[in-house]
Amino acid sequence: MSLLQVNNLGVEFQTGDGPVFAVNGVSFALERGQTLGIVGESGSGKSQTVLAMMGLLAKNGRATGEALYHGQNLLAMKTAELNKIRGNRVAMIFQDPMTSLNPYLTVERQMTEVLQLHKGMSRRDAKKRAIELLDAVRIPEAARRIDMYPHEFSGGMRQRVMIAMALLTEPEVLVADEPTTALDVTVQAQILALLKELQRDFGTAIVMITHDLGVVAGLCEQVMVMYGGRVMEQGSADEIFYRPTHPYTIGLLGALPRLDHDTAELVSIPGNPPNMARLPKGCPFSERCSMADARCAAELPPLAPAGAILRACHRAPEHVMKQGEAIHG
Amino acid sequence: MAEALLSVRDLRVNFQITPAGAWPWTAKKDLKAVGGVSFDLYPGETLGVVGESGCGKSTLARAILNLIPASSGEIVWLGKTLTGGSTRDWHAVRRDIQMIFQDPLASLDPRMTVARIIGEPLKVHRPELSADEVMQRVRAMMKKVGLRDEMINRYPHEFSGGQCQRIGIARALILEPKLIICDEPVSALDVSIQAQIINLLKSLQQEMGLALIFIAHDLAVVKHISDRILVMYLGREMELAEKSMLYAKPSHPYTRALLSAIPVPDPALERKKEVRLLQGDIPSPINPPSGCVFRTRCPEAQTRCAQEVPVWRTLDNGTRCACHFAG
Repeated sequence: MSLLQVNNLGVEFQTGDGPVFAVNGVSFALERGQTLGIVGESGSGKSQTVLAMMGLLAKNGRATGEALYHGQNLLAMKTAELNKIRGNRVAMIFQDPMTSLNPYLTVERQMTEVLQLHKGMSRRDAKKRAIELLDAVRIPEAARRIDMYPHEFSGGMRQRVMIAMALLTEPEVLVADEPTTALDVTVQAQILALLKELQRDFGTAIVMITHDLGVVAGLCEQVMVMYGGRVMEQGSADEIFYRPTHPYTIGLLGALPRLDHDTAELVSIPGNPPNMARLPKGCPFSERCSMADARCAAELPPLAPAGAILRACHRAPEHVMKQGEAIHG
Repeated sequence: MAEALLSVRDLRVNFQITPAGAWPWTAKKDLKAVGGVSFDLYPGETLGVVGESGCGKSTLARAILNLIPASSGEIVWLGKTLTGGSTRDWHAVRRDIQMIFQDPLASLDPRMTVARIIGEPLKVHRPELSADEVMQRVRAMMKKVGLRDEMINRYPHEFSGGQCQRIGIARALILEPKLIICDEPVSALDVSIQAQIINLLKSLQQEMGLALIFIAHDLAVVKHISDRILVMYLGREMELAEKSMLYAKPSHPYTRALLSAIPVPDPALERKKEVRLLQGDIPSPINPPSGCVFRTRCPEAQTRCAQEVPVWRTLDNGTRCACHFAG
């Protein structure tokens, strides 16, 4: 049994314009110590996928499918049961550390609360443990700083506090939703190094959500590329980066400004991100895809195995790769 | 070499701030947002300005346009000194220097249609044009930046981020300026849209012979558009180099750290890469370190760095650099 097994997860929102299907048919399995990267642009459904898993959808949202943690379905649990698992065995790091920490409480109170609730520790023991964790994420003078309020920390330090808080209970799964997007590159490098180290030391499995393909390359063994609420391509990082077979993945890699190549011109993807309330009938990417034909616009391609990976595209992998090479050189 | 379009000489911008927890009568402190920046910009050239948050790159951009007054230093535009000039002098210059802002939606008036937004600079700077002529120019400009004709009467909220940025670009270009200052024009956009905007700026630059100052926090983004790159840290210049030189042989330890911190989308390279991790956070600009401002995080710092401010000097390879040990 996998540590975390997600089967056919979907998210549906009831809106004034009718139902919006933000996530459709997402499946993955995660083992101890592994890292899955979920990549996509804004509105691709990557955040909603994990929020559904954690039972954190907005009121008008509903999750379908299964998210099995050690065989127990998180989506079907009562809130009281779920509360024993989330924040404890499955923890989350949010994108914006300023809005996800409570500004009225000291870091000490916010951290000890977790341990008192989930581990039944005394406040004093909990504080000791919290200081250890702050040390582990390299907050200087942790014993003094723990009594400070979130606004007294810099952005990078706040993010480290968030990570320390998520690790307090030594979770088996860590869900990180764009943990470094709000940070400067040098601080991002520090945080990524820290996550790698923690994974090595604690064997934590990580689900990493990001729009930055560079972050995924260094950290993840498995990659899932999402667009318009659907999985476009899913497989090992090596396959996705070195032998991408989906036009969207190829387009995304070509659009990225890179330090390691000397490409004169970036190959942009034409058009704009899709409106989730008005998706095309067929493949969500068909409107912007240079290789799309009539069938792509009319018929939704299923996510099907192709060699070592899963892909959702009507075009044959060889065809896409050949065309991709012609465009991107 | 041609005559410089814009020369900035030892530009400084100080803000007077009240320290946290101070009494109302305590003396205000100087925050040196920009501490002595000098460079020349030539016609048709792109200068990339790179640095992390708080390095003064946006303040520098605003000071060049006098949106934030400079405390000292000199800004020379086409041989004419602008600093200390009157409002009227600045008004004339702003026809030639336009700006594109970071947040595409926030920089457009939500109650104006696209036609009015793009046409407004013409009303201010070219009042002699008739309404018909203005509309004609607006339509031509919309076509140039890739906006469809039927969008002309829509409001900003009806557009996506990338389209809003195109409106911002059209507004900046309608006066046919000589220089555009782009303050993080793509950092709020998705990767696929980023590439569209960078390519658009590049092609418009070639077509209209524009000079660009392109501000970004990411060295990978500026690589694709800049001819020369200025690296800033805590309001000071660290390095100013030709693009090829900066990426192949960075002279300043901070530039090297910035370059190595950018994750590369190549799993094999990224897994074995050794990142030159910087320790700690950026110091407060109210209380900058003595000597070299970068020394508290510099992996190569020595005692001399704390005592002496490094001289801004030209190295043998033409790069300008502020480090005792460069070259």
